[in-house]
Amino acid sequence: MIKVTINGREIPTEKGRTILEVAREVGIEIPTLCNHESLPPYAACRFCIVEIHRKGVTRYRASCIFPVEDGMVIQTHSERVLKIRRILAELMLARCPESDVLRDLAYDIGVGRCRFERPRGEKSPCQICRICTVREEMRIGPPGSIPSTFVGVTGCILCGMCVRLCDDVMQIGALAFEGRGMRRRVTTPFRKPSEFCVTCGACSSICPTGAIELMRIRPQESVSIPSEFEYGLAHRKPIHLPFPQAVPRVPIIDKHTCVYFQTGGCKVCEDNCQAQAIDHAMQDRVEEIEVGTIILATGFKGFDPKRVPYYGYGAYPNVYTALEVERLLNAAGPTGGELVLRDKRKPKTVGIIHCVGSRDENTNRYCSRVCCLYSLKLAHLIKEHAAADIYNFYIDMRTPGKGMEEFYNRVAEEGVHLIRGKVADVYPDSAGGANGRLIIQAEDTLMGRILKVPVDMVVLAIGLEPQADAQEIRRRFNISCSSEGFFLERHPKLAPVDTFSDGIYLAGCCQGPKDIPDTVAQAGAAAAEALALMDAGFFELEPNTAFVVEEECSGCKSCIPLCPYTAISFNEEKKRAVINETLCKGCGTCVASCPSGSIVQNLFEDEEIFSEIEGVLTYA
Amino acid sequence: MPDSNWTPRIVAFFCNWCTYTAADLAGVSRMKYAPSVRIIRLMCSGRVDPQFILDALAKGADGVLIGGCHPGDCHYVEGNYKMLRRFQMLKRMLEDMGIEQDRVRLEWISAAEGEKVKTVINDMTGKIKKLGPLGIPQKFEEWDRELERFAREVDAKQQAQAESKSEPEAVHA
Repeated sequence: MIKVTINGREIPTEKGRTILEVAREVGIEIPTLCNHESLPPYAACRFCIVEIHRKGVTRYRASCIFPVEDGMVIQTHSERVLKIRRILAELMLARCPESDVLRDLAYDIGVGRCRFERPRGEKSPCQICRICTVREEMRIGPPGSIPSTFVGVTGCILCGMCVRLCDDVMQIGALAFEGRGMRRRVTTPFRKPSEFCVTCGACSSICPTGAIELMRIRPQESVSIPSEFEYGLAHRKPIHLPFPQAVPRVPIIDKHTCVYFQTGGCKVCEDNCQAQAIDHAMQDRVEEIEVGTIILATGFKGFDPKRVPYYGYGAYPNVYTALEVERLLNAAGPTGGELVLRDKRKPKTVGIIHCVGSRDENTNRYCSRVCCLYSLKLAHLIKEHAAADIYNFYIDMRTPGKGMEEFYNRVAEEGVHLIRGKVADVYPDSAGGANGRLIIQAEDTLMGRILKVPVDMVVLAIGLEPQADAQEIRRRFNISCSSEGFFLERHPKLAPVDTFSDGIYLAGCCQGPKDIPDTVAQAGAAAAEALALMDAGFFELEPNTAFVVEEECSGCKSCIPLCPYTAISFNEEKKRAVINETLCKGCGTCVASCPSGSIVQNLFEDEEIFSEIEGVLTYA
Repeated sequence: MPDSNWTPRIVAFFCNWCTYTAADLAGVSRMKYAPSVRIIRLMCSGRVDPQFILDALAKGADGVLIGGCHPGDCHYVEGNYKMLRRFQMLKRMLEDMGIEQDRVRLEWISAAEGEKVKTVINDMTGKIKKLGPLGIPQKFEEWDRELERFAREVDAKQQAQAESKSEPEAVHA
């Protein structure tokens, strides 16, 4: 145990740690540009310089690499230290006058003017001194104008963090230093687009001055990862929270984009996680859970509007699905609740097209039930957020439910244009779509005329479809699907949450399109049914089991392989087949195939059926 | 030519889980189909004993329809496959017996296919209408009558022989 004094505070600590670490631990802030948890200290920027008194000697050292010693008296913000930092800032500014980060930093520590001039007399854009100039060749044009060149020049302070990170941590090695002295730069090998770069973006995110553009390392190929939850309207990182209300609320690592799973490097997140909760070696686990009842609530799939090509989804950027607009209008969404188009314009007119993928002979014939009301809700919200002109094109306005018709009237009173007619076409206006405007063509069936409405934004009210794997799930649980592909209930009126398999219940849109209140009600019913079955602790078997009449059985064993439930065994002593009535589900296959007619099915005896046949044939 | 007012009588064996439910759905959906079918519910098409089919035909049915779940969808895993096996054999047998193929039909109809119940029944009714009544009981009666006639003829012959034999006896006596 040793003791050091920092800014007059005596701090007990251990040998071998750096001054910066110790100071940070007790909350004393030392400015630094080139320090990062994932990289060993390097003292490149030297901004962390401090004044050290020990045994009557005063020294100035970079605190990020200098280890503490017993009895050190350290000043982090003495006049002398600040003076050195100001000179450092001036020197860095002379090199990178355009860097906002450096200008702010210099301003904060009181740099009034930069005394170091660049050769040649161009005025600097620097806000602080306006004396520096920038060399012509150091300026970089708009992205893409120089396909391959120095990676970071305008803001690069040559701290080398990007190079070290790419090399040592990411284990990619796409960046390197080039040249010496004034000509020193960070660049890709041979100044050519790097083949090794995986565009992970680590260099640009670690750069203290934000000087790196990925474009310059690997032009045309840096693609941000679209956020699935935001329907690609925002981007995410490989490590991300799937959606804000995720339960449990923990981030996940996307194996396909995480650099660790490509190069074995990085693990920067592990260095940052104080709880040490990140484990890259974690594997998917299949867990088997024994249960007595199962509730299927696998939900629905939104209709893919690309299947209706004449609405232009995917072809025109200003055609959105309702779910995308829902995200745009959400305060926690990609635009913070502001309705803006992909080109950042605010739409002045919006067209909402109902029944996309519903009530349509070419796609789905059924009504998706929720679209009319969510379209009205979107109209209401867009009116509120963007004060836009809104046109709703509907086939029939279907607003059943408590308070729904009132809401429809309210939206109508708000001045939303409600047009009864199916939209035939969406196409760019005469400017060829240069201004992003689209024209919706529809017939107003109440007025009996064709309308062409120019709009800035088209919203498609997509319908609800069964999940893509509904058939697979159905087979797994031995239940049926209705003709549209939604799971079939045992009876539409008398058993609306039961299925044909005992102990398996349905809730929500997997059974058919429905809104949230209906889903909640059905889920409650399914839970109650499941509880009722579990609470009883036993269940009643159907009485239609089969049994063997021992005296008549010939012991031919032909019934044994027929039983799918292995309920039939053979009594070797008596040479007779025996049916275990607990296992028997009562299909009667063995009864029909017994050559000696010695198996009888309760409720479905042969005599009964023969009488039934006779009965149904007695009348003409 | 069959009577124009004549409607065939078809006995249908429907499995509880798929086809019977589909027939129920057809009813709930108020679908209209020919009133020629009389449905007998069984738990599974695998319960259909070939005897039932023969018995139904023998008792006067003009056709027999069997409905089961689609292959792979059987509530009892594979009862419908068992039925299919029996059906293939029975069909050959019926052919040998001179019963037309269209009179006995196996259909896979899932619980959601109320529409299919309707089309299958209408289609089958139409085909059997063209074939006319099967009338096996009538044929049985005919055969019975024929047999009786034969029996009577034989009896009469025997009696005649007996008489012709007894006459000389009487002479001798």
